[in-house]
Amino acid sequence: MSDAIIEPEVKEPETQVVSPPEGAGEVNYTILPKPDSSGELLEVAMGPQHPSTHGVFRMDVVLDGERIVKLKPVFGYLHRNHEKIAENTTYLGSMPYTDRLDYLCSMTNNWGYALSVEKLAGLQPPERAEYLRIITAELTRLVNHTCLVGFLLQDMGALGTPLMYAFRQRELILDLFESLSGSRMMCNYMRFGGCRVDLPAGWLEQAKKVTNDFPRFFDEFEKLLSENEILVARTQGVGVLTADLAINAGITGPMLRASGVNYDIRKVDKYGIYERFNFRVPLGDHGDVFDRYMIRVLEMRESLKILGDALRDIPAGPIMDPKAKIRGFRPKAGEAYGRIEGPKGELGFYLISDGSPNPYRYRVRPPSLINLTLLEDMCLGLTVADAVIILGSVDIVLGEVDR
Amino acid sequence: MLGEGIIKGMAETARNFVGSYHDPERMTTVQYPEDKIAAKENARNFPFLVFDGDDAMKGLRCVACQICEKECPPKCIYIIKDTVKKPDYMGKMQVQAKRFDIDISVCMSCQICVEVCPFEAIKMDTEFELSSTDRFGGLLLDKHQLAKSNEYYQKIHPTEATEVDTRLAEEKAKAEAKAKADAEAKAKVAAAKLASPSQSPPPKA
Repeated sequence: MSDAIIEPEVKEPETQVVSPPEGAGEVNYTILPKPDSSGELLEVAMGPQHPSTHGVFRMDVVLDGERIVKLKPVFGYLHRNHEKIAENTTYLGSMPYTDRLDYLCSMTNNWGYALSVEKLAGLQPPERAEYLRIITAELTRLVNHTCLVGFLLQDMGALGTPLMYAFRQRELILDLFESLSGSRMMCNYMRFGGCRVDLPAGWLEQAKKVTNDFPRFFDEFEKLLSENEILVARTQGVGVLTADLAINAGITGPMLRASGVNYDIRKVDKYGIYERFNFRVPLGDHGDVFDRYMIRVLEMRESLKILGDALRDIPAGPIMDPKAKIRGFRPKAGEAYGRIEGPKGELGFYLISDGSPNPYRYRVRPPSLINLTLLEDMCLGLTVADAVIILGSVDIVLGEVDR
Repeated sequence: MLGEGIIKGMAETARNFVGSYHDPERMTTVQYPEDKIAAKENARNFPFLVFDGDDAMKGLRCVACQICEKECPPKCIYIIKDTVKKPDYMGKMQVQAKRFDIDISVCMSCQICVEVCPFEAIKMDTEFELSSTDRFGGLLLDKHQLAKSNEYYQKIHPTEATEVDTRLAEEKAKAEAKAKADAEAKAKVAAAKLASPSQSPPPKA
């Protein structure tokens, strides 16, 4: 008998061999020969994790010194199969997915989709629902444009401060959305033939207060930056987009109007009850980044005008078309295209129905993607820093570009 | 003058900086784990199952009709019907769910299950502190975890819950009245039959 303590065998932890990821340690640029053999061109991939690209977006730029000679936008990193999913789920089931297209403006996405389904099924939202839609859509426009000016200024190097001022205002509107629809960003508020819930008590007063206080934000913002010499020098004459080119490329929204083309679907198509409201369509004349920035600020002021009227005039009544069905919704066979003036441009939903509970074909016309197609034309000959603010002024959300 | 705009902007920033220490409406930070902002009445996070009475499993309103399972866009609900029936709030025998699971890691809080439910059985919760160390089992809630009382529903969504309760009470009253009327009518017919058997239709040849 021995009282020797048997030591437990200590096992060396097996060292795991981790192979480095593909391409680690290699250079992320390519050097190309110049056509006239006077030097070299540098091809750089900006993105997909570049902070200025507003998400997962890549610009393959070919540089001659600091000047851009070629730019190729590469996207699809956030592709989520939205259209195919919508073809396999019910009409109602793809409503929450539309929130996730352009996640800053879920209310307008809901409206675009609801509008095309209503065209397909022949539903007519009642008066109060139309007012609710206009109120929420214009609030969404405010949310989107405040975010845009904040991010655009951040791209120019005004780090933090203007963005936080913008987000402070946006938060007030998101509070309104939360108390109305239950969620700050993924509102999922509109339904075919109306809206989901009626206004909670005290909402109108709160909304009136927010919209009345909003001009203070513009004044503050204008004092803060609009006269700033650096901002003017960085933006005026940069990224000029001519009206002809913009029309031919199918650009819509504030980008098109900054080039001086008077085209606003709220005026052209008169969807909803927009013809009852008196508002102007601000137009730019140079089509540069400064115009695109100012157009957004002016559009917010027009939105406030619409909001003031709508919040004053909203009638009482039902919020759903009595013909609308939640369960077993099957529109008759046919096709429909509903389009609205989203904060970023024309947002359209094209649907083909074959009489079954899910659409046969579902297609989104995303304004961000189509506005992005002219990025190279605007950036050629400018520097990388200019490309960043031009991309910022296009106003993209990658959830909508890639879908 | 060059630089005037920059100075104006700086003055605005300074004004905001000072204001953020004085203006009560600007001091919005809440010390989160100690203090909490009450959830808004319409707030929604994940679904739960409503039960009436004290016993959660006996009082569940769900009748395992599987409409929510079919309509759920990300397909996060999983239901198996039980072979044993149980009475619902009106005393009618109804199917019940043997399993009712919701995978809240898949759920996207869209509230469509609530809208399609014809029995007011599934509602949206406002509880958001649901983190778990087990990302598969811990986020798959079964019907015992999902069941919450009608009083709890009243507490988190008072307006909506009152409306639902009134409607259910009306339906119940209507059903009871109808059952009573039916019983009376039956009794009358039976009495008539007893009084004059000759008036009843002759049996078929």
